[in-house]
Amino acid sequence: MKGALHEEIAGARTAPQASHPLAARLAAGLAAGLLAWPLAALAGPRDDLLAGYSSAAKKVDPSFIGFSASRGDSFHRRAFAGGKAETPACASCHSNDPRAAGRTPTGKRIEPMAVSISAARYSDPAKVDKWFRRNCQEVLGRECSAQEKGDWLSFMFSQ
Amino acid sequence: MRIAYRPIVLGLLAAGFSILLLQRALAGGGHYFPPVGDPLVNEECGSCHLAYPPSMLPAASWRRLIGDLRNHFGDDASVDAPTAARITDYLTANAADSGGRRYGEKMLRGLAPGEAPLRITELPRWIREHRKVPDRDWRHKDVRTRANCPACHVDAQRGYFDE
Repeated sequence: MKGALHEEIAGARTAPQASHPLAARLAAGLAAGLLAWPLAALAGPRDDLLAGYSSAAKKVDPSFIGFSASRGDSFHRRAFAGGKAETPACASCHSNDPRAAGRTPTGKRIEPMAVSISAARYSDPAKVDKWFRRNCQEVLGRECSAQEKGDWLSFMFSQ
Repeated sequence: MRIAYRPIVLGLLAAGFSILLLQRALAGGGHYFPPVGDPLVNEECGSCHLAYPPSMLPAASWRRLIGDLRNHFGDDASVDAPTAARITDYLTANAADSGGRRYGEKMLRGLAPGEAPLRITELPRWIREHRKVPDRDWRHKDVRTRANCPACHVDAQRGYFDE
């Protein structure tokens, strides 16, 4: 009887001590989650874009290992013959330097494509899709491959 | 009690005249065309070129234009069907022969009824207004195309197309 009571008291004493680290861990986890949440919300759509193009590229070429910003850089400047004569390259309208503003054939300013300058870009996948569809047709005369899109985006994300 | 009518009438006349003058001034001497006020239309029509004011063309022209965005003066400017419908609604509701009549009616002068040109620059009125612009100005590196209104009309974005 006495022993049982002693155990009970001991249990009551140790129980709150044991719950402390758990509560602290929960609170820390919650705080970290709250801190990370806005970052995740911003980075999410871009990572999702790359992940989508990555799996599409793997389907076409099983040896695909990843996107390359420097490949995207040369793609951005390369002159293609398949598209319209007045827009042979991405850079024809967007300028060679992704941090600089571009200009459409009708003279309208295009805000820089680099994420470091235009932070709001590439957050709407439908918009990215729409412009790849239009601009690849104008510049290359065909759709861009998933790898070309991923490389080019990686270049813009790195700038 | 006698009411002094004369000052009241004179005052009202003066106020009315001022309002007329003010409206005329706000309207940019007849060269004012309200800019696109819908964010979606601005985004879709204003990414490549100035989002031209809807009151510059009749509703039938806008319907023809949005009906063939796949071939938009040689470019693919296609949008999905719901977006196209919303753009058409906005443009036709504010066209030169509907909601935007007050501003755009003059643009349609010389145009045969039922005519629906695809280019603002095909309107007889537009041609007449620009007849004195020399060829070298059109070829200037900052102009290059007649679609580039803001090259000369610096306030075009805000709806003012004065010289």
